[in-house]
Amino acid sequence: MSRIPPPMAMLAELTHRCPLACPYCSNPLELEAQERELSTEDWTRVFAEAAELGVLQLHLSGGEPATRRDLTDLVRAAREAGLYTNLITSGIGLTRRRLEELDTAGLDHVQLSLQGMDAELADRIGGYKGGFARKMQVAGWIGEIGFPLTLNAVLHRQNLHQLPRALEMAQEMGARRIEVAIVQFYGWAMKNRAALMPTREQAREAEALVAEARESLKGKLVIDFVPADYHGDYPKRCMNGWGSVGLNIAPDGLVLPCHAARTIPHLEFWTVRDRSLREIWYDNPAFNAYRGDDWMKEPCRSCERKAIDLGGCRCQALAIAGDPAAADPVCVKSPAHAKMRAMAEAFNAEGESAELTYRHYA
Amino acid sequence: MIAQGAIPVIPRGVRLHRDAVRDRWVLLAPEKTIALDEIGHAILSRIDGRTDFTTLIDRLAADYAAPREQIAPDVSGFIEALAERRILEVA
Ligand code: SF4
Ligand code: SF4
Repeated sequence: MSRIPPPMAMLAELTHRCPLACPYCSNPLELEAQERELSTEDWTRVFAEAAELGVLQLHLSGGEPATRRDLTDLVRAAREAGLYTNLITSGIGLTRRRLEELDTAGLDHVQLSLQGMDAELADRIGGYKGGFARKMQVAGWIGEIGFPLTLNAVLHRQNLHQLPRALEMAQEMGARRIEVAIVQFYGWAMKNRAALMPTREQAREAEALVAEARESLKGKLVIDFVPADYHGDYPKRCMNGWGSVGLNIAPDGLVLPCHAARTIPHLEFWTVRDRSLREIWYDNPAFNAYRGDDWMKEPCRSCERKAIDLGGCRCQALAIAGDPAAADPVCVKSPAHAKMRAMAEAFNAEGESAELTYRHYA
Repeated sequence: MIAQGAIPVIPRGVRLHRDAVRDRWVLLAPEKTIALDEIGHAILSRIDGRTDFTTLIDRLAADYAAPREQIAPDVSGFIEALAERRILEVA
């Protein structure tokens, strides 16, 4: 295998605790209890190790990272390590005072998630009454303090029609960027596939709308868009390559090549409690399992697109095709592609009547 | 081309960073890391939020002994491309 490059970005899942109950939550079915979360000291060490290893960008995520009482200390530790520090939050749990403390601690950027674009829908999707009003208040404080802001919205069958409003809101709030992702099905979201999966037409419409808005908002608002892959012909490049650009740390300290990697049962992941991040990145067999392309089978092995998409998502290959080394079933060349299509259509057909199954952290 | 008196600004949330592990300079921005070559670094390290475009070109021309009219379009293009991605601002 060619030389392994050092990682560029790290996602620190500080906690699984969260006041919201989004049906599309991508966290695993089994949530980590608070007692198992890494301590302030653990994270401080991990941030320093990450910077030394080559990580430049740190994303503080969850769950809701604001449920960590030591969030400000963690931000300070991250900045002291030299990391560009981004907070990914629903806004719930942030007060003006806390935001000011985060500002002093050196927080570089805030990414605020939207569950819906009006109170009625947002509170229903987030499963949290008053959440939208609170978020709007937090957005105001973010603007007043002057944090650079990115909005992020997960779109699905029930809120996709509000995409134009999301773009307006981003401009009203003074956001520089918005990330729009069509829902992906990992973790809890699997339970809600029927209720959430957008139809093919909806997905197409969203793509056209984004293309248009990118033109008209050039220089004003940057739009990052993650299309729905289950309606596509070729898979997306997942995580920019397994173990090549980024890594995730779960609340208990387990280091993962991607958010959903735990679903692959034969891989043994290591924790920062026992080893250095460097050792894990370079030597953990789970990280090496799908690096490069030696692991590929047909049709990927001889495919001319393999350098483009790297065979797609390993977790999706496992979930649908039953083998993490198979081609991502989104791909038209995958033997499981027909099954994937059929599943998407079946979920769509059921969609009208499907009810949401909320995720509650209890 | 950027107007003579316009002032390029590196906004909050964007910063130059020495990437010691890879022995290079990068520009860190929300969800983006931009690797800089020597010229990119020369331009960005002279953007201080006060210097206008004309003065910036003067300084680069002097420091690199290059003709103004030759570098101005390149520098302008570099800044404009970043401004379009909302990584730089031109005030
Ligand atoms: S419930 Fe919603 S806000 Fe909470 S972790 Fe899951 S997706 Fe994020
Ligand atoms: S066969 Fe494999 S490499 Fe080729 S396009 Fe499909 S998933 Fe990508």
